[in-house]
Amino acid sequence: MTISLVATEPKPKGVRVDVVENAQLVRGTTLLKRGFAHMQKHGVVMDVTNVEQAVIAEEAGAVAVMVLDKLPYDVRKAGGVARTASIKIIQEIMDAVTIPIMAKCRIGHTDEARVLEVVGVDMVDESEVLTPADEERHIWKWDFTTPFVNGAKNLGEALRRIEEGCAMIRTKGEPGTGNVAEAVTHIRLVNSEIRKIRSIYQDGDNQELMKAARELKVSYVMVEETARLGRLPVVNFAAGGITTPADAALLMNLGCDGVFVGSGIFKSEDPAQRARAVVLATTFYNDAKIVMEAQKMVDEKKSLLGMDTKNLELRMQERGQHA
Amino acid sequence: MSSKKKSLTIGVLGFQGDIEENVAATKQALQDLQIEGSVQLVRYPEEIEKIDGLILPGGESTVQSTLAAIQRSLPIIKKRISEGMPVMGTCAGMILLSKRAYDRVVGDTKQKLIGNLDIVIERNAFGRQNESFEADLSIGMLGKEAFKGVFIRAPAVSEVGKDVEVIAKLNNKVVAVRQKNIIGTAFHPELSGESRMHRQFVKMAADSKHGQKNDA
Repeated sequence: MTISLVATEPKPKGVRVDVVENAQLVRGTTLLKRGFAHMQKHGVVMDVTNVEQAVIAEEAGAVAVMVLDKLPYDVRKAGGVARTASIKIIQEIMDAVTIPIMAKCRIGHTDEARVLEVVGVDMVDESEVLTPADEERHIWKWDFTTPFVNGAKNLGEALRRIEEGCAMIRTKGEPGTGNVAEAVTHIRLVNSEIRKIRSIYQDGDNQELMKAARELKVSYVMVEETARLGRLPVVNFAAGGITTPADAALLMNLGCDGVFVGSGIFKSEDPAQRARAVVLATTFYNDAKIVMEAQKMVDEKKSLLGMDTKNLELRMQERGQHA
Repeated sequence: MSSKKKSLTIGVLGFQGDIEENVAATKQALQDLQIEGSVQLVRYPEEIEKIDGLILPGGESTVQSTLAAIQRSLPIIKKRISEGMPVMGTCAGMILLSKRAYDRVVGDTKQKLIGNLDIVIERNAFGRQNESFEADLSIGMLGKEAFKGVFIRAPAVSEVGKDVEVIAKLNNKVVAVRQKNIIGTAFHPELSGESRMHRQFVKMAADSKHGQKNDA
């Protein structure tokens, strides 16, 4: 699958043109944003809250780290309002590791995102793990030079986020539960919705494709492109509840381009070993022998205990879903 | 090509990064050149033994050299390159091929490198993602028309050995090199939307296979 560059915003404000000596450098283009996400493929992005965890993640082979104030499991326990991480900690981590740094901002909180852009993080996650600042709108991400990743639990949400300028999608899953079931549901749903529009596209039925676009609350162009490609037009990672190497392999085999692990690593009792094991299983997801080797590296007694996702008081995945 | 030609097999190292884009660009190059051949994802030593040329994709170089399962394949790659197998590394791929790498901010990195390419790499030489850029490059071996260089958290070459030819520069920074059967680029030709660089590499692999056949 090659990179798709159909941008629905013709003149994004996030594009910057500079002349340096004899060269004209163009920054913040759709190609550079989506290209950055493509470099993360087949990798594991790990949630971290401090330098020590970031160093463990890098040494284990994380493709990037996601900085947040509390791991999703702790956000759930603490209650209250969850906001973006302390800038000081983000900067300390930026100085300590060579891999890309991502950080979360609240849904619709343009100014938290702007702060993260100025700090210089490599990607911003407009995340439902934090308390939404705007229940009805997401950030207009075309205004940023920094690429964004957004969560989605169905095709409509994913395409609406791409239309707003995000360069990468992840399933929402149900963060901080140690339960992979919701992530599986979301990727299965996205896959089956894509299959449906693809068959409409292959039949050449434009009326039906337009009907699908209206149901998905997204532009016709976006739906047509997705149907033609037979996949999301941007890189799509799995997230939410991944705890073991086999969890990562399961989601990779369902067609995800990579995985995010939130609480699963640093809320376990064997984080360094587990981090390496999850990377190994993600890299060799389709080689059952190596996934077994990876699974052998972790002790189930040390896994995050996890919780049933059916009776949760807080369902983070529902945040921002109607916008 | 001789009448006895066998189909060319190009491998793309399949651990991490933009593997699929390199597969697509190489397939396009084979088609454009009308060379009979296939592109394979390779990960294990026995797969690497069988190919006629290898592409090391972009991605995160730290990751691509970290896992023990990956480290088992690196000596085979080193051996095959020393024996003359054509190889092209883009961005992280070039870092893996280099003999030494250091990070602009963090300094020397402990990462394991293949080391056949006699250059020193400055990682993240242009800055973080916000400083990633597209710029037109003049690359002699690809003809007069400018080539769109896509630089994503790109490295640069800070020192070149005596057998290394500089094939592209951006202002004062070296961004592409060639050393006999090895090509390294700091940018991502697989994202340029055209196949000129991959064609150059496929030609190199085809010539090398053809040459070996004549020698045999």
